[in-house]
Amino acid sequence: MHIVYPAIVAAVLFSVGVYGVLARRNAILVLMSVELMLNAVNLNLVAFDVWLRDRLHGGQVLTLFTIVIAAAEVGLGLAIILLVFRNRQTIDVDALRTLREEGTAAEPVAPQPQPPEAEAAEEVAQ
Amino acid sequence: MLLGVVAVGAGVLVVTTRQLVHAALWLVVSFGALAGSYLVLTAEFVAWVQVLIYVGAVIVLLLFGIMLTRAPIGRSDVLDSGNRWAALAVAVATAGVLVTVVVRGFRDAYVPLKASGGTAGDMGASVFRGWVLPFEVLSVLLLAALIGAIVLSRTDIGAARADGDATRAGIDASRTGGDAAGTDIDAAGADIDAAGTDIGADGGERGADTKEGEA
Repeated sequence: MHIVYPAIVAAVLFSVGVYGVLARRNAILVLMSVELMLNAVNLNLVAFDVWLRDRLHGGQVLTLFTIVIAAAEVGLGLAIILLVFRNRQTIDVDALRTLREEGTAAEPVAPQPQPPEAEAAEEVAQ
Repeated sequence: MLLGVVAVGAGVLVVTTRQLVHAALWLVVSFGALAGSYLVLTAEFVAWVQVLIYVGAVIVLLLFGIMLTRAPIGRSDVLDSGNRWAALAVAVATAGVLVTVVVRGFRDAYVPLKASGGTAGDMGASVFRGWVLPFEVLSVLLLAALIGAIVLSRTDIGAARADGDATRAGIDASRTGGDAAGTDIDAAGADIDAAGTDIGADGGERGADTKEGEA
């Protein structure tokens, strides 16, 4: 079999993961995209291990290690996401702007400046 | 090749679908297709580990996360960020560069697919002969991640959370201080408990692995 096929599949899958990480707003979906990227790397490792016929099977063993690290990462990531949800009632990564730099307050979709508008609406209604 | 197409297609659906639960289920399809690819590449042990850990554990964990964060079930249009076009450009650029490099680099590299040491026995032998130290380091890492997850997700411990509550809700500092002091002892006890059980579980898992390697 041509070694290019799994390599191309891995490259495309990695790009899909990059798009997911950059474009999604829900933190759990970001985690899923990270998983996709890790799996692309795994596919590369297995394919090149089979191609190079490593006597120690470094590629496949490293794949197992990557799977373990990914499991640990998902566990910790979900714990952090649940903590954020408990504190903020949202896991929208666009709305978590507490650590932003001062002066770059370009808030396109953040729901922060709602209260004044709501008050104004109430005043108008009255 | 069909498996690769299925994996990529399901991956695209994961990052474009508008329903959160469907994204998780498409992720199952993608990981399953990848496991099939590993089987085709004669790495059967890795394939079964992929099925067990990813399809079995990670997806269930993600579904629990979706459930616990009260995610919107059903269609929702707020899952995509505002910068999706920039993200699409970056992703297409990444794909172009990677595919070009890979095709140019490995244009005439063929791999003869015959059964070559991807079985559980071979993997066990190589893990426990050549890669013992990384294996042990990885068990310690797993233990650390487990304790960290427990500490992060418990509500009654942790000064950081008390601080956050104090700044957000304006609780006076003396009360949170007292709370923290009261729960610290609890926390230490729970941590020791967690460490003990995890060492037990780890030992059991290692024993099972060794048996598998010998078999």
